[in-house]
Amino acid sequence: MSRQMTGAKMVVQALKDQGVDVIFGYPGGAVLPIYDEIFQQNDIRHILVRHEQGAVHMAEGYARSTGKPGVVLVTSGPGATNAVTGLTDALMDSIPLVVLAGQVPTFMIGTDGFQEADTVGITRPCTKHNWLVKDTDRLAETLHQAFHVATRGRPGPVLIDIPKDVQFATGAYTGPREAGVSHYQPRVKGDTAAITALVEMMEKAERPLFYTGGGVINSGPAASQLLRELADATGIPVTSTLMGLGAYPASGKGWIGMLGMHGLYEANLAMHDCDLMVNIGARFDDRITGRIADFSPHSKKVHIDIDPSSINKVIHVDIGIVGDVAHVLEDLVNIWKARGRKVNKEGLTRWWGKIDGWRARKCLTYRQSDKVIKPQYALERLEALTRGRDRYITTEVGQHQMWAAQFLRFDEPNRWMTSGGLGTMGYGLPASIGVQVAHPDALVINVAGEASWLMNMQEMGTAMQFRAPVKQFILNNERMGMVRQWQQLLHGERYSHSWSESLPDFVKLAEAFGCKGIRCSDPAKLDAAIEEMLAHDGPVIFDCLVEKHENCFPMIPSGKPHNEMLLGDADTEGAIGAKGAVLV
Amino acid sequence: MSALNIKKGSTSHSAYDLRDPNAQVIESHTLAVLVDNEAGVLARVIGLFSGRGYNIDSLTVAEVDHKGHRSRITVVTRGTPAVIEQIKAQLGRLVPVHDVHDLTVEGPSVERELALFKVAGTGERRIESLRLAEIFRASVVDSTLESFVFELTGTPDKIDAFADLMRPLGLADVARTGVAALSRGA
Ligand SMILES: Cc1ncc(C[n+]2csc(CCOP(=O)(O)OP(=O)(O)O)c2C)c(N)n1
Ligand SMILES: [Mg+2]
Repeated sequence: MSRQMTGAKMVVQALKDQGVDVIFGYPGGAVLPIYDEIFQQNDIRHILVRHEQGAVHMAEGYARSTGKPGVVLVTSGPGATNAVTGLTDALMDSIPLVVLAGQVPTFMIGTDGFQEADTVGITRPCTKHNWLVKDTDRLAETLHQAFHVATRGRPGPVLIDIPKDVQFATGAYTGPREAGVSHYQPRVKGDTAAITALVEMMEKAERPLFYTGGGVINSGPAASQLLRELADATGIPVTSTLMGLGAYPASGKGWIGMLGMHGLYEANLAMHDCDLMVNIGARFDDRITGRIADFSPHSKKVHIDIDPSSINKVIHVDIGIVGDVAHVLEDLVNIWKARGRKVNKEGLTRWWGKIDGWRARKCLTYRQSDKVIKPQYALERLEALTRGRDRYITTEVGQHQMWAAQFLRFDEPNRWMTSGGLGTMGYGLPASIGVQVAHPDALVINVAGEASWLMNMQEMGTAMQFRAPVKQFILNNERMGMVRQWQQLLHGERYSHSWSESLPDFVKLAEAFGCKGIRCSDPAKLDAAIEEMLAHDGPVIFDCLVEKHENCFPMIPSGKPHNEMLLGDADTEGAIGAKGAVLV
Repeated sequence: MSALNIKKGSTSHSAYDLRDPNAQVIESHTLAVLVDNEAGVLARVIGLFSGRGYNIDSLTVAEVDHKGHRSRITVVTRGTPAVIEQIKAQLGRLVPVHDVHDLTVEGPSVERELALFKVAGTGERRIESLRLAEIFRASVVDSTLESFVFELTGTPDKIDAFADLMRPLGLADVARTGVAALSRGA
């Protein structure tokens, strides 16, 4: 049953039919017909951002904290190009987004019209798929297909470019059910023989390890549940990438902490020394593997991933299992149980003994101070004072991000939103707003660095307008700390352009936006200041003045293997060779 | 280049040559990619190759099913076995891609390319070019008193060989279609 309506109306109708309750957008000439339709309805809430990059990161925050696709609406030309960083970010972190862009009318495409850009050309490499719709009769089908593609298989951002005449013209609307089955149906069920082979390896392994990633979270709550069941029943230790934090609880008995460049000593050494590595929804990113030639040299490796191209891309594995994490884990748990719940008990006991030995190294130890706030201390206090609350954390990019991953603890999935693959400074503030829009009553905190935060600070206006009481917890070291750390370690302490000069007064800035500003520089007063932030019913900018020259450890320098970790400043002398210096 | 061990009749006329110079065995593979013939699909496939640093030695594309709007892209590419597997997996996850066949490993296949050669010359050289064309079963599709245009169909190797022979005889221009390939048998 199709109904006749304008393209602009179709957009709103399709969003409703897809269950969308909120979109993040910014108007302009090429999307005015759609804005006109938005004006005339109340089902879909529109969050007016201050910059289109903010809209995309908000949609990412919304998507990652709900598991639903985030939706963005931008105008042609600059509206679309401003969305590019967010699209790339979402592609790298596999976040489902549907971005709708206006375009000049079809008869003007190719004439260098006002605010014309080759949006599908520009966004082709930074979307999972994109479409230019030239015919209103095709619009509804494309809109439904967009939601299908964004959310099926490995999730990702998609974009639809909609010329203005297509929005004005009338055509036939079809609902999601009538829109026809897409041929795009990625495989979700894993190969049973391969899963059984994995179970056999798990039964015998002396030093097995689950290396989990964002795929567990993307797969949905069932995947996290199954991971917990499997890890707890087998007693196999669990580590996770930055993306996967919360899939297995930090309070769980199998948890050995985050791995990777700034991961925990025990997690990285367990990766290096294990005899069976089971990668569940992670992708052997270079932040994880370090030097490929020395990566976990003695282990058999199994990789579970919904994207066949992830398997054997960087690390050759013994068994690749293509499928959705929840589906594969369900089979894995069942087969393991059916075969008698076997594990190598003695092996595991010795393995845990070894891990406990590494743990005793207490790699996150830092030198406390009573004069200046150590960034690690600030996060320890933030953790202690927010524990047990309905809490969501976003971050910017830099040292503060790594410290947040090390010192905050996540017991549930979808509670931790950070830009992992692209490492986008300016992600955290808008993402926190997107999370808050999805969870109006929750406590949403953006752990930020002062340099990153400035990149999208205009979005405080959005937070104010839509009463999103986000807490901006800025660890202000007046440095691009992560850059400074690399310059110290790799570039002979020549600190080229890594200061934050001429910083605004963040408390006055808060006042200018009409929200609350708090500044704290005294460790003794920190708890009270954090309590004040938490008690305030509205957005807060918290300027936490921290030690300026703290380095983030542990650190595996680029190009080094897992067992050559730096644990503190004393280890850093000449630690990184010329070869490592060319790597990022 | 010469240090590389190129296995199967690949030419070196690569559009993109960004591969790891340390890679060991370089193989040439012919892939058939069945895609929806939608706007931008070729840009998507080519962008994948350039963006990820893969080689394209030859690429042909045409709609083969007008009713179903399906096109067949035949691409001859080169890389280590691991890279070839990655290329196939990356192609396979593009949304408009229905199927990826590696004709080089999926059993015997036939590969053909069509080429046009303009050879200019008079006297002995002109006669010699015509004689060689007969041996290669190339046909003359245009002739003037000073030139021929030969049409030749065959494997890329055969076309390379013919081009080598024509060069000293006044080869003025070549147009090649790129490889079209199908698996043998039913
Ligand atoms: C958009 C963008 N530009 C540049 C970088 C490179 N970069 C990574 S961390 C960093 C410094 C971040 O400084 P700040 O936000 O103050 O965090 P800190 O490291 O001091 O905690 C820079 C410039 C980036 N990740 N993103
Ligand atoms: Mg900083």
